[in-house]
Amino acid sequence: MKILVCISHVPDTTSKINFTEGDTKFDTNGVQFVINPNDEFGLTRAMWFKEKQGASVDVVNVGGAETEPTLRKALAIGADSAIRVNTPATDGYQVAKELAKVVQDGGYDLVIAGRESIDYNGGMVPGMLAQLIKANFVNNCISLEVDGDNAKAIREIDGGKETLTASLPLVIGGQKGLVEESDLRIPNMRGIMQARKKPLNVVESADTNTKTEAVKFEKPAPKGDVKLVDPENLDELIDLLHNEAKAI
Amino acid sequence: MSVLVYIESEEGKFKKASYEVASYAKAIAEKMGTSVTAIAFNAGEVSELGKYGVDKVLKVNNDKLNNFNAEAYSDAIKQAAEKEGSKVVVLSQSANSKYLAPLLAVQLEAGYASNVVALPESTDPFTVKRTAFTNKAFNFTKISTDVKVIGLSKNAFGLKESQADAAAEDFSPSLSDEDFSVNVESVDKATDKVTIADAEVVVSGGRGLKGPENWTMIEEMADILGAATACSKPVSDMGWRPHSEHVGQTGKPVASNLYIAVGISGAIQHLAGINAAKTKVVINNDPEAPFFKAADYGVVGDAFEVVPKLNEKLKEFKEKNA
Repeated sequence: MKILVCISHVPDTTSKINFTEGDTKFDTNGVQFVINPNDEFGLTRAMWFKEKQGASVDVVNVGGAETEPTLRKALAIGADSAIRVNTPATDGYQVAKELAKVVQDGGYDLVIAGRESIDYNGGMVPGMLAQLIKANFVNNCISLEVDGDNAKAIREIDGGKETLTASLPLVIGGQKGLVEESDLRIPNMRGIMQARKKPLNVVESADTNTKTEAVKFEKPAPKGDVKLVDPENLDELIDLLHNEAKAI
Repeated sequence: MSVLVYIESEEGKFKKASYEVASYAKAIAEKMGTSVTAIAFNAGEVSELGKYGVDKVLKVNNDKLNNFNAEAYSDAIKQAAEKEGSKVVVLSQSANSKYLAPLLAVQLEAGYASNVVALPESTDPFTVKRTAFTNKAFNFTKISTDVKVIGLSKNAFGLKESQADAAAEDFSPSLSDEDFSVNVESVDKATDKVTIADAEVVVSGGRGLKGPENWTMIEEMADILGAATACSKPVSDMGWRPHSEHVGQTGKPVASNLYIAVGISGAIQHLAGINAAKTKVVINNDPEAPFFKAADYGVVGDAFEVVPKLNEKLKEFKEKNA
């Protein structure tokens, strides 16, 4: 089984979010970038398929050279090789279209992406990719098993879960549950050394048009101070929730 | 030309989020000088949609669509959009809508904007405001395609009543076997509990509660308020509560009207997931807990004393205001 794991290069959760150039660009100054957490759950599950079922695992990112350390980290975790599509990621459709070409050229059976990236939170790429390559698609995937050409997946739904079956090729939008937090791997020295020698292939863009454009950014208005209520005077809290916040 | 809105139902009944997307579709239709068409699957009585501005309802009745199926639903909505010549398709951001929207966008060759929180700033060019960076910022997105798919965040627009016919019309999209190549084997859903996705109020507990045996008071508060229960990440990681209750960046998002956090310190990953809740209350014995910076109301005190007292008072309040 050939697996492709899509890796988004995203600011670490604790990053300060600022914008430059008249609030039109995300300010990467001083920002630490990491593998998108939802992708990391998927990558770790892919490692399981590699170790238990002999799958091959490649990772891919659509972005400039600055994303390579993130791909190297995925290689250090255990992916076999990496692909970088050399073009800035601008909208979900464009990224999906670039990935579609990579999937078709590489003949992948299973594509694991995160349900959304934690920067733009679009939640678009996995579904669009599946539609573009006419593969089956399961979103919010919290469990995945593959036997031959058949996959069994569990999807989180509002208020429960749903068990699905589908044949390969399959694209999933993964999240925590595919593996647990405690299963995530921190690259060891051996992995980091090996990662330096693993192939990281840069491919050129398939020349894709975008359908949407982020024209400007805005930060939320600063929040007012918390109103503290004395624990001996909880009637006040109920009054505030009822009359001021209109929340109960 | 009408604005098309996908109306979700459960067991034949519409969800509140459906009335919200209908209200939003109506407001866009007014801006664009057109009407609103809804599409609903195996729904019962649809006249209620008229109250929120829906002029016409395309009713799809098909037993094969009793279980949600992203590909098949998307294909049906696409055919409805083509039949109506719709330039704008509106849907919610429920798990199911988020599942089908990217498929639909590709099928319609449409630009898709998810997590939209307001009416378009303008319709020509078509520019919408969305949340980004997990609620730490907003992003104004211009959609340049002829057809647009808009995913409206929960509680971002609210319900707006207006008067329309909601005239029902049967609609039978042509669906192929390929639409059903992902099979639903089983659905495991608690029907007696309010879900975090649908809840108006969410009551959430953290490590400060010291152990799973202390959740009774959280469940009691949830009962009184008709709320869903939730928890912080460490609590689900330790197995005190099921993973399905974990809210935060890697868990479920919360966009309820009220969020009450008990014994949760407010790690940045937690706050990222619950930021979209309208009113946030924190109860914690540590006045330095970061949650106090994010909350609207706070009680500095021991949860084991505050919560039982608060429950009594909430009960009295609910009885008086029933």
